[in-house]
Amino acid sequence: MLDFVQQVIGGIALGCVYGLIALGFVLIYKATEVVNFAQGEIMMLGAFLSFTFIATLGLNYWFAFLLCVISMAILGAVMERLVVRPILGYPQFSIVMATIGLGLVIRSLVGIIWGTDDLRIETPFTGGVVRVGSLVLAQDSLSIIVATGLLCVILYAFFRFTRVGIAMQATSQNMLAAYYMGIPVKRMFSLIWSLSAIVACCAGILLAPITFIHANLGFLGIKAFPAAVLGGFGSIPGALAGGITIGIVESLSGFYLPEGFKDVAAYVVLLAVLLWRPQGLFGSNALKKV
Amino acid sequence: MSAHVKTSYQQSEQLFPSRAAAFWYAILTAVMIAAPFVIEPYYLSQLVFVLIYAIVGIAMNILSGQAGQVSIGHAAFLAIGAYTAAISAKYGIPLPVYLVLAGAFTGLIGYLVGLPALRLHGIYLAIATLAFAFIVEEVITRWEHVTNGNEGLMLPPPALFGLKLGPYGFFYLCLGVTVLVILAAINIIRSPTGRAFLAIRDSETAARSMGIDTARYKTTAFAISAAITGTAGVLYAHKLSYISPEMFSLSVSIDFVMIIIIGGMLSLRGAVFGAIFMIMVDPMLIVVKDKVPQMTEAAMQAIHLAEPVARTIQAGVVRVVGAPGLKSLIFGLIIILFIIFEPMGLDGRWSRVKAYFRQFPLYRPTSARAQRMFLKSERNR
Repeated sequence: MLDFVQQVIGGIALGCVYGLIALGFVLIYKATEVVNFAQGEIMMLGAFLSFTFIATLGLNYWFAFLLCVISMAILGAVMERLVVRPILGYPQFSIVMATIGLGLVIRSLVGIIWGTDDLRIETPFTGGVVRVGSLVLAQDSLSIIVATGLLCVILYAFFRFTRVGIAMQATSQNMLAAYYMGIPVKRMFSLIWSLSAIVACCAGILLAPITFIHANLGFLGIKAFPAAVLGGFGSIPGALAGGITIGIVESLSGFYLPEGFKDVAAYVVLLAVLLWRPQGLFGSNALKKV
Repeated sequence: MSAHVKTSYQQSEQLFPSRAAAFWYAILTAVMIAAPFVIEPYYLSQLVFVLIYAIVGIAMNILSGQAGQVSIGHAAFLAIGAYTAAISAKYGIPLPVYLVLAGAFTGLIGYLVGLPALRLHGIYLAIATLAFAFIVEEVITRWEHVTNGNEGLMLPPPALFGLKLGPYGFFYLCLGVTVLVILAAINIIRSPTGRAFLAIRDSETAARSMGIDTARYKTTAFAISAAITGTAGVLYAHKLSYISPEMFSLSVSIDFVMIIIIGGMLSLRGAVFGAIFMIMVDPMLIVVKDKVPQMTEAAMQAIHLAEPVARTIQAGVVRVVGAPGLKSLIFGLIIILFIIFEPMGLDGRWSRVKAYFRQFPLYRPTSARAQRMFLKSERNR
C-alpha cells in the first residue's frame, strides 16, 4: 500500500510536468488553433537556460528563475514572429509541420551550444525530504506539485481578471470578431506564445532537479500530447487533469507491469480514450459549418 | 494555376493529360531503364533509395494530399512491411509472395488504424497515428522471439524465381514496383474512390451531405496508403539487408511528411520531387561538412579579418559543422523555410515556372498565391 501511495505521488509530480507542457499546448491551441509540437523543446531550452544561469553563472535560484522566465517570454514571442506569423491562415497541418521543424532546430541548436552531456542543477529543494507518517517524499517532487498549483491559480486569475487575459479569451473564441472589436489579434498571438513559453520554462526548471538536463528532454513534449488530448485540447483544467492521469498511469505501469509498458502506457491510454470519447475527456464537440 | 481547362469528360479519364506528357514519360522511363549502365554504383544505390522514398511519398500523397487525412506515424507501416519481409524470408517464402503479403498485411493494419480516423480529424488524428507508431516500435523491440528485439534481423539477398538479384536486378525490381504503384495511384485518383477522397479533403461535411460514405473512404485511404508503404518497406528492408527497431523511429515518419511538404501535396509528381530532394540532403551534407570550414577560412583570409576574431569565428563554424545535430538543424530549417516561402512545394514551383512560360507576358505571381483562411468555420472542414 505504501509503495502504491509513493508511486501515485511520484506519478502526480511527473504528471504535473506533463500537465504544464500540455497547458502550453492548450494555451496556444485555444488562441491560435495551432498545435505547437515544439513545446517540449521550448521546455528543454528553459531547463538549459536555467543551467547556464544557476550552474555556470552561479546566480541565486529565485533570481535565475526570474531571468529564465523573462528570456523565455522574449524567445517565445520571437519564435511566433519568425515562424508562425508568416504562415497564419495556412492549413493546420502545414503549421504543425513548421512547429515540428522549429522543434528540430531548437534541439540541434541546444546540442551545439550546450553539448550532449547530462547536466544537473542544484536547487534549494535538492536532497530534501518530507516525512508524513511512514511516507518519504522528495522535496523536488513536492515543489513541482506546489508550483503547478500556484501557476494554475495565477493563470486563472490572469484570464479571469486582467484586460489582456480577457482579450486573449476573446481572440481564442473568434479571431475576426475580436479584431473588429479593436483587439490587436497579432500582438495577442505573440503574447500567447510568450505565456506558453513561460509555462514550459517553469516546467523545465522544475523538472531539471529530478531528471538530468539533456538534449532529449524535449521528447517529454511528445509524452504530453496524450495529456493534452485526454483533456480535450481546449480546456486548461483538462490539460492538468490529463497530465496527472498520464503521470500516474505511467508511474504505476512502470512499477507493476513488465518492462516496456511504461513507455507506451500513455499512448495506449490515449488511443483507448480517443476511441471511446474522440473529443477527449473534457472537450466539447461542436459541429462546424461548411 | 496553369490554365489547363478540361473541355470534355474524356479528358478526366485519360491516363496522361496530353500526348506530349505521355511522350516525355516514355523518355523518362527509357532513361531510368538505361540508368544502371551509365551511372556509378554509388549513384545507383542512391537512386534505389529515391525510388523507395518515392513509393512512400505516393502513399503519403494519397492519404494527406488526396484524402486530406494526416499521419505522422507512417514509419510504423514501413516497419511492418519490412519485418513481414524479413520474417517471411527467414521461412523461405519467395519474394513475389511476401511482397504482396506484406502489402496486404500492412493494408489490413492500416485499415484498423483508419478506424479511429473515422471519429478523429486534424490534430487528434495526427496524435493518434503518432501514438500508434510509438506502440508499434515498442512491440517490435519487445517481441523478441519473432523480431529479435534490438538486435534486429538480417535479410538474405533478394532473389526472384530462384535467380539472385544483384544491384542491377534489385534496381529494376524497385523501378518496376514504383511504376506499378504510380499507375495504381493515378488510377485510384481518377476513379470514383479518388473523387470521394478529394471531396472528403475539401469538406467532410459537404461530402457527407452529397452521399459519400466518409467512414468507408477514410478507412480505404488509410488501407491503401499503408499497403503502399508496406510494399516500400519490403524493398527498404532488402536494400539495407538488416533491420532493427530504431530504424523506424519518429524522425523517419517526419522524413516521410517532409517528402510531401517539400515536393508538394497537390500531385503525385510532388512525391517524386520530394523523394529526390530528401535523398540528396545526405550527400550534400557530407560536402558541406567537408568544404564549408575551408571556404570560411579562405573568405576570412581574403577580407583580412583580425586574427583572434577570425579564429573565434572559425572555431564556431567548425563546431556547428561538426555537430551531431547538424542534420536535424538543416531538416528543421528546410521544413520551416519551405512552408513559409514555398507552401506548394517543388511541384508548385515547377507548375509556376511552366505557367510563366506558357502565358509569357501575362503571368502574374499573385495568380498562384497560397490561400489563407482566418475564419474558424473556414479552416475546420
